[in-house]
Amino acid sequence: MTAVLQRSTEQRVTEADVRTALDTVIDPELDEPVTDLGFVRSVAVEGPDGCDVRVHLRLPTSFCAPNFAWLMVSDARDAVRAVPGVGRVVVELDDHHDSDLINAGLAADAGYRGTFGHEAEESLDELRATFQRKAHTAAMERALTSWLRADPARTEDDVAALRLCDLPAGRETDSLLSRRAALRLPLTPTSPVLLAPDGTPPEPGQVALTLRRARSVRISVDGNAHFCRGLLTTRYPGSDADQVFRPSVDSALPLEVLR
Amino acid sequence: MYSKDGTDYFVVDAHIALWDARPENQRNIHGKQFIDCFYDYHRNLSPEAEVWSYDEYLYQGGERLMRDVFVDGIVDHAIFQPARLAEFYAKGFGQTEEAFALAQAHPDKLTYNHYWDPRDGENGLDALRAAHERMDLKGVKLYTADWHGESRGWKLTDPMAQRYLALCQELGIRNIHVHKGPTIRPLDRDAFDVADVDHVATDFTDLTFVVEHCGLPRLEDFCWIATQEPNVVAGLAVAMPFIHSRPRYFAQIMGELLYWIGEDRILFSSDYAIWTPKWLVEKFVDFQIPEDLTEYAPLTTETKKKVLGLNAAKLYDLPVPAELQLPDADETATGPRDTDAADKNLAMA
Repeated sequence: MTAVLQRSTEQRVTEADVRTALDTVIDPELDEPVTDLGFVRSVAVEGPDGCDVRVHLRLPTSFCAPNFAWLMVSDARDAVRAVPGVGRVVVELDDHHDSDLINAGLAADAGYRGTFGHEAEESLDELRATFQRKAHTAAMERALTSWLRADPARTEDDVAALRLCDLPAGRETDSLLSRRAALRLPLTPTSPVLLAPDGTPPEPGQVALTLRRARSVRISVDGNAHFCRGLLTTRYPGSDADQVFRPSVDSALPLEVLR
Repeated sequence: MYSKDGTDYFVVDAHIALWDARPENQRNIHGKQFIDCFYDYHRNLSPEAEVWSYDEYLYQGGERLMRDVFVDGIVDHAIFQPARLAEFYAKGFGQTEEAFALAQAHPDKLTYNHYWDPRDGENGLDALRAAHERMDLKGVKLYTADWHGESRGWKLTDPMAQRYLALCQELGIRNIHVHKGPTIRPLDRDAFDVADVDHVATDFTDLTFVVEHCGLPRLEDFCWIATQEPNVVAGLAVAMPFIHSRPRYFAQIMGELLYWIGEDRILFSSDYAIWTPKWLVEKFVDFQIPEDLTEYAPLTTETKKKVLGLNAAKLYDLPVPAELQLPDADETATGPRDTDAADKNLAMA
């Protein structure tokens, strides 16, 4: 008996294990973990063996796009299922216009097409890839804008000559490299930082325009992230305590909220 | 007319609504979810003094609308942009008859735009003809994420939508306001993507496509297509209130729009009753892009005048006093406004 109890105790899954697994689940539009965004409403480890897991997720509005909602909820379920020793896993989305549909589809393991029926054609792979490209573009622009601002003598056209090894070590460069890796873009230290949306370096005459285009992507992604975070705290009072500060290339308080 | 420091601004609010979201009009839980979502937008982005109670937010009625929109004589003209939402609300969300009657009673102050939905098929084409005969429409509001039976979204490039656009062109309904939402068929793709606007703007050059909330949450996609299509315009609904709660973000939005499409193709909108126009106009006239955002030029008084009213007045043939009119600006740096040349110029980027 003692041995059996011992083994059961060793297998016990902790809430911290589950949250660590959920850290890998990214909101594709905002390029940020659902844990940092405050989208994890609750984590419960339960069951007779202490290894069943129930997770509730929440979003900033009832009308957040259902395809992105599905990606996050199904990614969360997959991530929690991969935790060693985990038993039964239930992940549910609360208060969304498609909560019933999505939660039933997940519970039945119906997959994207089985859940959304005639509204689903093939898969969400292309959608995911589109937003991985945007995440890379935004990370690239942050690194380049920081580099430009570090020395007022630098011009937008100067970024054409900039190589990965010219970037200072730190969060922004790490972020760029990880997003390059996700897209299998070159990671060699001498490869150029500035890439057009198709992954190739732009022609000399197109350098500034490519940077400006990347800037519009970064402003869009960061602006959406701050708006979504704000809406979540309006919808769920107190949820700001679950949100992790999102750093910005602009300033310490880039998008200040005036009250 | 709004006057500040000796300067007069002709003001057009290019996006208002007269909605009814009261519980007796809600068909199902989605009717409540939808207005709750609007109310959270309202609470999240409004100055504290401008926040309404939930009950007064559900329905305003014509009398209150006239007071709210035209208070202090700031707004000269406002344009209804109704959403049908028939799957969520028994009598629909936008109140067609009430809004149209109000516009008829105040033709100098109000324009009623109607809506159509390609999923209404042939009957809907007849209905659009009839509506135009009765209402003499200058524009329509299209909500591509509206639900309709089994369908929860459509694209401007759908074959039936093309027939409706062709009918608009034939009838002279020139202003097509496009509002993107979260659902589309298939769900495989990004519902907020404005690529379909790009296509129809090329095919229907007599029509002007006003993309509401300037493409947000896809500002970048909007800027890119609008640069290439001279008949695509940015509506500032939902973007405007960031001027208070997130002024640096608002500065970036304005900076991007001015860089990519220039000052002649941006329209002020309050999105009443989500917000009210008075405080937005006052803040916009006082607004300036922060000096440390060196990538953007400062906003000029001319730009503010155009955005606040002159651009919309041009699209809707609204009479503007001669002394307040302004000439068009030069082309933006991103390329000529001629579509073919712009496409060539940008192809490499």
